[in-house]
Amino acid sequence: MNGIHDIGGMDNIGPVSIEKDEPVFHDDWERRVYAMTLATMGAGIFVTDEVRYMTETIPPADYLTFKYYEKWLYSLEQLMLQKQVVTREELDSGVVSAPELAAGMEAAPVERMQYGMANRIPAFVDADIPPKFKAGDVIIARNTNPLHHTRIPRYIRGRRGVVEMDHGIFLLPDTNAHGGPDKPQHVYNVRFTARELWGEEAPEKDCVYIDLFDDYMDLAE
Amino acid sequence: MAETAHRAPLSDVQLRVKALESLLIEKGAVNKDALDAIIDHYENKVGPHIGASVVAKAWTDPDFKARLMENASTALAELGYSGIEGSHMVVVENTDRIHNLVVCTLCSCYPWPVLGLPPNWYKSTPYRAKAVRDPRGLLKEFGLELAEDTEVRVWDSNAEIRYLVLPKRPDGTENMSEEQLQELVTRDSMVGAGLVSLQQ
Repeated sequence: MNGIHDIGGMDNIGPVSIEKDEPVFHDDWERRVYAMTLATMGAGIFVTDEVRYMTETIPPADYLTFKYYEKWLYSLEQLMLQKQVVTREELDSGVVSAPELAAGMEAAPVERMQYGMANRIPAFVDADIPPKFKAGDVIIARNTNPLHHTRIPRYIRGRRGVVEMDHGIFLLPDTNAHGGPDKPQHVYNVRFTARELWGEEAPEKDCVYIDLFDDYMDLAE
Repeated sequence: MAETAHRAPLSDVQLRVKALESLLIEKGAVNKDALDAIIDHYENKVGPHIGASVVAKAWTDPDFKARLMENASTALAELGYSGIEGSHMVVVENTDRIHNLVVCTLCSCYPWPVLGLPPNWYKSTPYRAKAVRDPRGLLKEFGLELAEDTEVRVWDSNAEIRYLVLPKRPDGTENMSEEQLQELVTRDSMVGAGLVSLQQ
């Protein structure tokens, strides 16, 4: 989706506000929203790509003014509604009135969360899929404008880059954010020069490296 | 903590969070002890001190540095530093002629196991918008002016791979111990928004 979240390269957004000695959380509700999001993901109710997509659906004016964890709260509420864990009435009242929803659901236990926070759980897909590209290949990022979730930002679409490395096989976010079907494919790091992206006025040596799935690019002719 | 008598009324957001938490606990979708463990982990256990120890080790142990540059995911896991948002890691090195800067233009991806949770500026729209378009101008906002002939490499972490910058070891630190070096390494330097210097 060409949403407000795809903001790389936009001008006039304002200066960066840097807080000295910033705490991890600014308020207790931020801690709770953060932890609930990880815990519901740990319970298998949704995956990261789904919460990313939900955040992308926040209306643009709200997206630019919400506090960071307000975006998380919005997305978590929406996902809990979508996954039929809670009803709108329950969210408004804070009182359980539809106990049949989420019946049989199993919360992620402390041990599972502690393991996941501190141990390597690779997201690689174990599949025998040959890579379509190799280091050194010149590619063109696809000019694609899907309405669903995607991780190819606008600022590189149609631009020419060079494949630097193959990271392995992962699930394509475009379908993973929407309940499948699974599309496992290679992810590559690709280098784009600043001049290719922003024109001849950009500094000669500068460049952007970004990770792209097989479906996000084609070999340049 | 004895401020209950003067507490301000709860905001709309606070009320929504309280409602959601009590619903999810009562319905068995989340476990309260797990929530507390998650908060404790990210608020008290992980943070930039972990990345700083990795950097200091890489500066002083060439074999470790070689493993870190070759496969950061396994080199970090070997030290016990891995987990959510950090199972696929790549380390990029700043040198005399190359400066690396990390961003997530589409959301707020960040290597949690080695740096903890990101600061607000990293997650903010001005940073995300500007990092890929004008990294040199952005770095000036952090007080960092790069030489014209420095090659700036911006890493947009838009997939599951997370990036950590190995900052350049400052001159004059040849006789410092790994522990002393660790104290010099800042969070910003490991994102590429700063340099490590002897004047902290």
